[in-house]
Amino acid sequence: MTDKTGQRQTLGKVLHYIKKYWFYLAASILMATVTVALTLYLPILTGRVIDLVIGKGQVDYTGVFEILKKMAVIIALTAAAQWIMNVCNNKMTYRIVQDIRNEAFRRIEILPLKYIDAHSYGEVVSRVIADVDQFADGLLMGFTQFFTGVITILGTLGFMLSVNVAITGVVVLVTPLSFFVAGFIAKKTFTMFKLQSETRGEQTALIEEMIGNQKVVQAFSHEDEALEEFDEINGRLQDCSLRAIFFSSITNPSTRFVNNLVYAGVAVTGAVYAIRGGISVGQLSCFLTYANQYTKPFNEISGVVTELQNALACAARIFALIEEEPQVPEKPDAAVLHDVEGKVDLENVDFSYVPEKQLITDFNLSVQPGQRVAIVGPTGCGKTTVINLLMRFYDVNQGKISVDGADIREVTRKSLRANYGMVLQETWLKAGTIRDNIVMGKPEATEEEIIAAAKASHAHSFIKRLPQGYDTLIGEDGGSLSQGQKQLLCITRVMLCLPPMLILDEATSSIDTRTEIRIQQAFATMMKGRTSFIVAHRLSTIREADVILVMKDGNIIEQGSHETLLARKGFYAKLYESQFAS
Amino acid sequence: MKKLLIYLKDYKKETVCAPLFKMLEATFELFVPLVMAAIIDKGIKEGAVSYVLQMGLLLIALGLIGLVCSITAQYFAAKAAVGFATGLKHALFEHIQGLSFTEIDTLGTSTMITRMTSDVNQVQNGVNMVLRLFLRSPFIVFGAMIMAFTIDVKAALIFVVTIPLLSAVVFGIMMITMPMYRKVQAGLDTVLGATRENLTGARVIRAFNKEEEETRQFEKKNESLTELQLFVGKISALTNPVTYIIINAATILLLYTGAIRVNEGTITQGQVVALVNYMSQILIELVKLANLIITITKALACANRIESIFEIQSSMTWEQPPCVAKEPVHDLEEPPYAVEFEHVHLTYAGAGAESLSDIDIQVRKGQTVGIIGGTGSGKSSLVNMIPRFYDATCGTVRIDGKNVKNYSMEELRQKVGVVLQKAVLFAGTIRENLLWGSEDATEEELWQALATAQAKEFVESKEGKLDAVVAQAGRNLSGGQKQRLTIARALVGNPQILILDDSASALDYATDAALRKALRELPGETTVFIVSQRASSIQHADQIIVLDDGMMVGCGTHEDLLQNCEVYQEIYYSQYPKTESV
Repeated sequence: MTDKTGQRQTLGKVLHYIKKYWFYLAASILMATVTVALTLYLPILTGRVIDLVIGKGQVDYTGVFEILKKMAVIIALTAAAQWIMNVCNNKMTYRIVQDIRNEAFRRIEILPLKYIDAHSYGEVVSRVIADVDQFADGLLMGFTQFFTGVITILGTLGFMLSVNVAITGVVVLVTPLSFFVAGFIAKKTFTMFKLQSETRGEQTALIEEMIGNQKVVQAFSHEDEALEEFDEINGRLQDCSLRAIFFSSITNPSTRFVNNLVYAGVAVTGAVYAIRGGISVGQLSCFLTYANQYTKPFNEISGVVTELQNALACAARIFALIEEEPQVPEKPDAAVLHDVEGKVDLENVDFSYVPEKQLITDFNLSVQPGQRVAIVGPTGCGKTTVINLLMRFYDVNQGKISVDGADIREVTRKSLRANYGMVLQETWLKAGTIRDNIVMGKPEATEEEIIAAAKASHAHSFIKRLPQGYDTLIGEDGGSLSQGQKQLLCITRVMLCLPPMLILDEATSSIDTRTEIRIQQAFATMMKGRTSFIVAHRLSTIREADVILVMKDGNIIEQGSHETLLARKGFYAKLYESQFAS
Repeated sequence: MKKLLIYLKDYKKETVCAPLFKMLEATFELFVPLVMAAIIDKGIKEGAVSYVLQMGLLLIALGLIGLVCSITAQYFAAKAAVGFATGLKHALFEHIQGLSFTEIDTLGTSTMITRMTSDVNQVQNGVNMVLRLFLRSPFIVFGAMIMAFTIDVKAALIFVVTIPLLSAVVFGIMMITMPMYRKVQAGLDTVLGATRENLTGARVIRAFNKEEEETRQFEKKNESLTELQLFVGKISALTNPVTYIIINAATILLLYTGAIRVNEGTITQGQVVALVNYMSQILIELVKLANLIITITKALACANRIESIFEIQSSMTWEQPPCVAKEPVHDLEEPPYAVEFEHVHLTYAGAGAESLSDIDIQVRKGQTVGIIGGTGSGKSSLVNMIPRFYDATCGTVRIDGKNVKNYSMEELRQKVGVVLQKAVLFAGTIRENLLWGSEDATEEELWQALATAQAKEFVESKEGKLDAVVAQAGRNLSGGQKQRLTIARALVGNPQILILDDSASALDYATDAALRKALRELPGETTVFIVSQRASSIQHADQIIVLDDGMMVGCGTHEDLLQNCEVYQEIYYSQYPKTESV
């Protein structure tokens, strides 16, 4: 029941998108009606011609010519109407798809990070791409086949009834049989298809594991075992695929057989009527054409209905994304932060990602302009949580964070983020040129500024050596660049605009020491006179920090300077002992 | 495609029978208009009701035989197609597993996975459809023409003109639109790329306030995709109207000619009806054929992609494993070095510059070797040559005095245990993962390996211990746990040479130190290679190799290198500032 109402709701939303293109929809329906009416009229004309061609010396040439001329006009009109209908359907469908994709994308841009972090990228992407595509296919098929199908059925029925009721009765009574047969087979094959897709999923998982990690497989000479495992699944898949494919492929011959029954029924009853003089031979031939036409849309419509249901299911997934709660909207009177000095205060901050697991409780910190805050702790202790809060990727549950005394929820996100320079360890670069990536924060930067920034961050020398220098195209997520080079680029990006506050993530193992030295030097240049938050791994950084935040299991458990923390002999002291005092 | 056809060879009977039975079905279908003509000319004209009934039964009988033939054909087609795909997948899996690292790098694992999954499915579908329809449709088209000839040669000539004309139009439009559809696919890929990029880079995009800019760019890409779709749609929308015009123009001609022939007394009224019926049969089959060709083209493209994988041969040849259980040890004296590099150079396929240049190393049995250097300096390349993941472009790598190229794969991989940089585990249990190292390891040996790898404690704390479930890709374990398990996995095989390729990066310093200590205490004389960024990890090695830009710039003990290797000094002091080390 809820499924049905859900479907109806989705349908309502789809109609909302269609509304904008009502003109095309109206034109399409009109043209469909014209096409069908004319198409149905044609067999009647053909029948009349046949009735004028009775036998040797019994041909009414003038009559034949008259009708043939009429037929020519009708054919031309039908073709034109068909084309217009197709074009209208295309236009409507693809524009709607475009609108939906745009809307989905716009929503992605304002979704809270919480949503993005919690959902796999692949899943969201597949909604925007695959689901929308499937929806479009269903919609297009629905428009082109559903309308014409329904109109054809109704039209044929009308035409047939106007000629002969009894023969029409034969057609109407036998045709549902094909529905029945198709439905029966579909029900029977459903479980087989389910088994097939499960087994196929199992196989795909194995392929992904073994081929995806082939280097490991080879390193352990595990090929034979993997192949064995693969063959076992492959064999099972063969069995259930055969069954699923075969049984489902019975549908077509079966419905075709029912059509043949209809045809035979019409032929016999029609002929008997013709013998009795109830109808002419031409009308019989017209009936035979109708019998073929009448059953076809039935078969098509049953396909279209599943397709439409599928399309609606896809649409529901897309709408779920589009209607996902966006991040808390900006207050209308949100102030714009400017001339920031860099005083950051956290007051009584409570935070957790999920209500069941409280992370940060009643946390207070006051950072003066130009101070350095080092965040330390073992791997996985949740150091990025602090970044998430400072940048307002997530909102605090309780308390407040303020910059220069202004609650960050009271200022625009744009101005808050523009005042932070962020370099994450998980580098992210967009597909495009090196230059595109560097100027992200300052699109109007001049060539000199770009090069100066690259030099300051020690990236210039490696960029210069790339095939096209600053115009070298890099693929999605940096492509062929090394981890260190990617990080240098991310630093250059920040170096170019150099905001008053910084969030830096020190490299751990993925970067070599010499590149790391360069990065350190670049960091040092940037940090001069700026409030900085550093996720720190290096002793020197930690020791030079004004405040050290020690994190464990997502919570900030200690804070203070190096000396005070050491003196406290707490977690920090232990951490320090194990890592640095060798 | 040709080469793939050999996977049909086990299904010869099915491959031949499927189209054969389809043609049989088609033959019976072609008789229907003739029967109908007889009903009109004989039954109706002579008023013979019993004859009409007889013919009606004949129609049903024809339908029934058609049904049986067609179901038989479907079965054979499904069996052949599924069997074909099963064989193909097996061969493909085996082939991919035999590729060396060089080919894996060039192909990329995601490509190989797509080939094995969706591409093979498409080909299976294509084979199925071809077997079912590819002969049937042309058979009906030409059969209808031949039937027309048996009725009247002059009228049949209209068929002779119409069929090529129709084919030209249907296939012409397809030829024009197919490359365009490829462009549409490419457009869709850009839209997909943009969507994914905005999910992976959500933080950076928001940090730089690029949301609006990104939305604009997305909408531009989306717009050009839509434009392209509409353009292609307009052209392919022509197919239906144009074929409609041709077929009906032909019908008009047919009626006209028929009228003349009937007037002459050459043919009967019923035969005119039959001719018109044949014309409409042709139309239906041509539409089916056009759809079929789309499926075939897709399948062919996939088949070619699969074939191109088969064409890639492993660039490495291996010694066959010795047939005799074990060669007698011919050299009584112990070979001087466990591992030896003699003027080794390495250039990766497709790379411009050398990744390793003139490496010369001698390592004695039981030694611990540290390898340190910047990112891209060639550390991983160097150790990857020991188990022969890559072959030297020139120079020789020897293990126990014997060139690695003269070992069989099994022998070499058994001698050398590798822990790769990326910690990869497989779905299953901890035990199953560990057994990769050696299938017949005892419970005790497993625990021993875990103890050495510092993993004993956490495995013991897991529910089920060794039988604790490991999710796909080890997702339910932390980075450090995964690393320790991969180390244990390599240890289970009791390798003579153990390579740790930066595989302790997620471990804290204390665990790392404990691990190194345990490795030193391994029974037997295991030669250990440790690749690391941390000076502390390799500081106590018997021999430290310092790499810089593919060149060996230092080799010796920590003390030696600190004295005379500039690169080493730089690395060391960046991690242990001078003031500290005193």
